[in-house]
Amino acid sequence: MTSIILVAAEEEVNGAELFFPAVYDIVWSLVPFALVLLFFWKWGMPMMTKILDERAAKIEGGIERAEKAQAEADERLNEYQELLTEARTEAASIREQARVDGQEILAELKTKAQDEADRIVKNAHVQIEAERQAALISLKSEVGSLALDLASGVIGETLGEDKRAKSVVDRFLSEMEKSK
Amino acid sequence: MIAPLLQADDDFHSPSLSEWIGLPQILFEGTPFAMNRIILVRIIAIAVMLLLFWLALRKARVVPSRGQSVGEMAMDFVRVQIAEELLGKRLGTKYTPLLASIFFAILAANLTGVIPGLNIAGSSLVAFPLALGIVAYIAFIYAGTKEVGFGRFVTGHLFPAGAPAWIYVILTPVEFINIFIVRPLSLALRLLLNMVVGHLLLVLCFAGTHFLFFSSQIESGWMRWFGVGTLLGGIVITIVELAVAALQAYVFTLLTAAYIQQAVSEEH
Repeated sequence: MTSIILVAAEEEVNGAELFFPAVYDIVWSLVPFALVLLFFWKWGMPMMTKILDERAAKIEGGIERAEKAQAEADERLNEYQELLTEARTEAASIREQARVDGQEILAELKTKAQDEADRIVKNAHVQIEAERQAALISLKSEVGSLALDLASGVIGETLGEDKRAKSVVDRFLSEMEKSK
Repeated sequence: MIAPLLQADDDFHSPSLSEWIGLPQILFEGTPFAMNRIILVRIIAIAVMLLLFWLALRKARVVPSRGQSVGEMAMDFVRVQIAEELLGKRLGTKYTPLLASIFFAILAANLTGVIPGLNIAGSSLVAFPLALGIVAYIAFIYAGTKEVGFGRFVTGHLFPAGAPAWIYVILTPVEFINIFIVRPLSLALRLLLNMVVGHLLLVLCFAGTHFLFFSSQIESGWMRWFGVGTLLGGIVITIVELAVAALQAYVFTLLTAAYIQQAVSEEH
């Protein structure tokens, strides 16, 4: 078995010295810490504060801008929707008006056409009647003279001048008319 | 601690307080500005810490660079997690520079304990923790005096409201000792002893590893395998020390903030 030689600390030290600072230790504790404090107090913290404030301002500004833009967009959208609704209503009313107008126009045209047709038919009737009358009159006189000519031919003498003969024919014609 | 190990003879060197006591003075010997190894380490640590912060925040912009983000995160840890958490917005902002100074000075000085080549915490000589303990002490007395007035601050602390009159006979001296004597000392000793003990544990593990691996006093080969155990132990303790370095800085700062908070709050 190995025998291990434990060597005691090279020199005897007084452990209590661990807790009593040397002057130079105090100096080199205070000086570096003073520097550190100065550094963070006068430079580090102001730097942080500045940059954090700037960042916060930037973020807040960004959010505000975005909110503004959003609100504007919403407003614009509402406006457009309103306009659209209005336009739709207007279009509908225009269509309705057009339909009504069309119907009216159609009815009017129909009436007009009917009237025109009626007028034409009436005129035609009148004209026909007039022409018939004219034809009748001309026929009456033609038939009278034709009958007289025929009768003159049959009896061999002229009846044209004869008042009686004429009245016979006329009476015959008027009877014919009556019987019609 | 490394140097004596490298030229070590075969013997096992148990760590001792000679790591701190009776160190040779390297610079300005004999003056109040004398520096030994630990003080050099402490000053390097503080200088590096300030340099890193300066580099990180010197060109601070609204949209941060990577370095700036890290610097801001570190500052925000103290500002938000400690200062504003305990002191509220107004006082938090006011005391952040002080609390940040305490936190980062301690953190930097602590971390050197696990940095190869430095290998000792700059905060493991008593004046440093003591100085910061006294800074905390002055800070909470100042805060109490400033915010509620010295008289109300002292009576509020020494005569906590709500106790029966006769109990003040005991309570007041106890509170006096606790608040005006023990507080700075407990802050200082907690930090100092954590760093001292952490260093001793590390030295113990690595000295043991060195001895077990290389000493001619170890005869049987299998004994050397214990060195693996001590090496692993050393690695684990290094990691623990890293956490302790941060934790002690946090605890010190948090307690300082808590003392300030107690001093400024009115109901005592």
